[in-house]
Amino acid sequence: MQIIVLMKQTFDTEEKVVIEGGAIREDGVNFIINPYDEYAVEEAIKIKEQTGGEVTIVTVGSSRSESAIRTALAMGADQAILIEQEADADEYTIAQLIVAALKDKPFDLILGGNMAVDSGAGQVAIRVAEALGIAHVGSITKLTLSGRTATVERDAEGDVETIEVALPFLATAQQGLNEPRYPSLPGIMKAKKKPLEVTSAANLGLDADAIRARTVVLNQYLPAKKTAGKVLSGNLAEQAQTLAQLLRQEANVI
Amino acid sequence: MNRKVLVISEIRGGALRNVSLEALSAARLVAEGGEVATVVFGSTAAQQAAVLAQHGADRVYVASNPQFDQYTADAYAQGIHAAIEAFGPDVIFAGHTGIGKDVAPRVAGRLGLGLVSDVTAIALEDGEIIFTRPIYAGKAFQTKKFRGGTVFATIRPNNIATLQPDASREAVVTELAVEVRELRAVVKDVVRKTAGKIDLTEAKIIVSGGRGVKSADGFQVLQALADVLGAAIGASRGACDAGYADYSLQIGQTGKVVTPELYIACGISGAIQHLAGMSNSRVIVAINKDPEAPIFQVCDYGIVGDLFEVVPLLTSAIRELLNEK
Repeated sequence: MQIIVLMKQTFDTEEKVVIEGGAIREDGVNFIINPYDEYAVEEAIKIKEQTGGEVTIVTVGSSRSESAIRTALAMGADQAILIEQEADADEYTIAQLIVAALKDKPFDLILGGNMAVDSGAGQVAIRVAEALGIAHVGSITKLTLSGRTATVERDAEGDVETIEVALPFLATAQQGLNEPRYPSLPGIMKAKKKPLEVTSAANLGLDADAIRARTVVLNQYLPAKKTAGKVLSGNLAEQAQTLAQLLRQEANVI
Repeated sequence: MNRKVLVISEIRGGALRNVSLEALSAARLVAEGGEVATVVFGSTAAQQAAVLAQHGADRVYVASNPQFDQYTADAYAQGIHAAIEAFGPDVIFAGHTGIGKDVAPRVAGRLGLGLVSDVTAIALEDGEIIFTRPIYAGKAFQTKKFRGGTVFATIRPNNIATLQPDASREAVVTELAVEVRELRAVVKDVVRKTAGKIDLTEAKIIVSGGRGVKSADGFQVLQALADVLGAAIGASRGACDAGYADYSLQIGQTGKVVTPELYIACGISGAIQHLAGMSNSRVIVAINKDPEAPIFQVCDYGIVGDLFEVVPLLTSAIRELLNEK
């Protein structure tokens, strides 16, 4: 079973976001495997442990992403491909980088997270499925394999859909799919020696103009700070009365 | 500028989803006098044509093939592609719903288009369409535009104002014949956990409970408040993990993202991951025993106290106020 995992390195969501000159400041920030991608890594490794095969991590990013890649390798993935991020890139671009890197690489299953917590867009994995001509199921909470058929449970805005699909296909992970393992010390040691192939658009024979971003970011900014709210006082019955009044007169919501 | 805009509308529980009507309003804005069309799917789609016209559609494509009654990426991608071929839009809008976020990237990939996901505002500036969207779990925002070519965006529910419907508006209704190719992913079963409940992503008022609710029964106190307000019930991940509420009610980074007019957080501490799901609410009320709870930093109004005392008092106070009118 050849399993590809699409994995991105992101900010830790606990981090405070600082904007400098219209861009997010990155020094001093703790970077992690995108939490949704981590479910994908774990699921791939679990399947490998049951059925044998190989797990390949595919990441688009800078050399900074290597730490996330080594963590995934330490969890149990076998090898990785790091594709250098283009400067002028959006989801349209990133999907093409991944598809080019996967050319000639056989796979039975591709897993990814259902979105990256920094961009919140959730496009890339699905674009990759379309480009590869395979089916996808988004936001899965369970995956069971039986020969060449997969049965998945999909989180459809709270409803649960049970779906059957033939391999090869792509699935994106929702929280609840599994509990990702912590890398073990032996795992961390082995990870250092596992193959990491570094490549780029140029190496992959892609024309910069053809893959250039279709969309551009104009500005990034922090929301206006909410003025401090009113914590009410008085006995609880009085506070409740006051709040009801405020919600009507001041806030106009009831 | 005069643009042709196509809106991908959704039907849920027999009615058009609010976000589709919001998307039609946004479509009218960016069309600047150009034609606005919409495509709607399934065996009940034709029934929605009049409402779609009243909300701004000049043309309604009805794809009534019953295979569209259950969403699948394959069928909807084909259907949307057919609508795009038939209409030739300059701009395409869809709701950023379970369906929208799943099929829009597929369609964008198929047609080599850019896509801006989960937009919370759409504006026209110097003849260009500018999108605003949250990033970093809502801690920051970015504005984006297209370099050229077809503009495509998915819109977060409850953020774009809906124009007043015009009962006199009519649309040209066309049946869109879509031959649905073999579906690769087959839906075998659907467990509806949300049937009959107010859609959280579209609710105007939400009463939400956290670990402080202490039990599934504890939510009854919140339900009484919700009933008086006509509100939906939500829950934090902590409450869901503890079994007090079903995960379909979870609001937060890994649950639903909501943008109500009023969000009442009861016994919710206010962890970052929860805030990611509701920080854009217009008015936030926090009720919590712990005066240090982070939720008090982001609320508009706060009451420090035991929710089991405060919420019933608030319920009566609001009931009285609403009866007074």
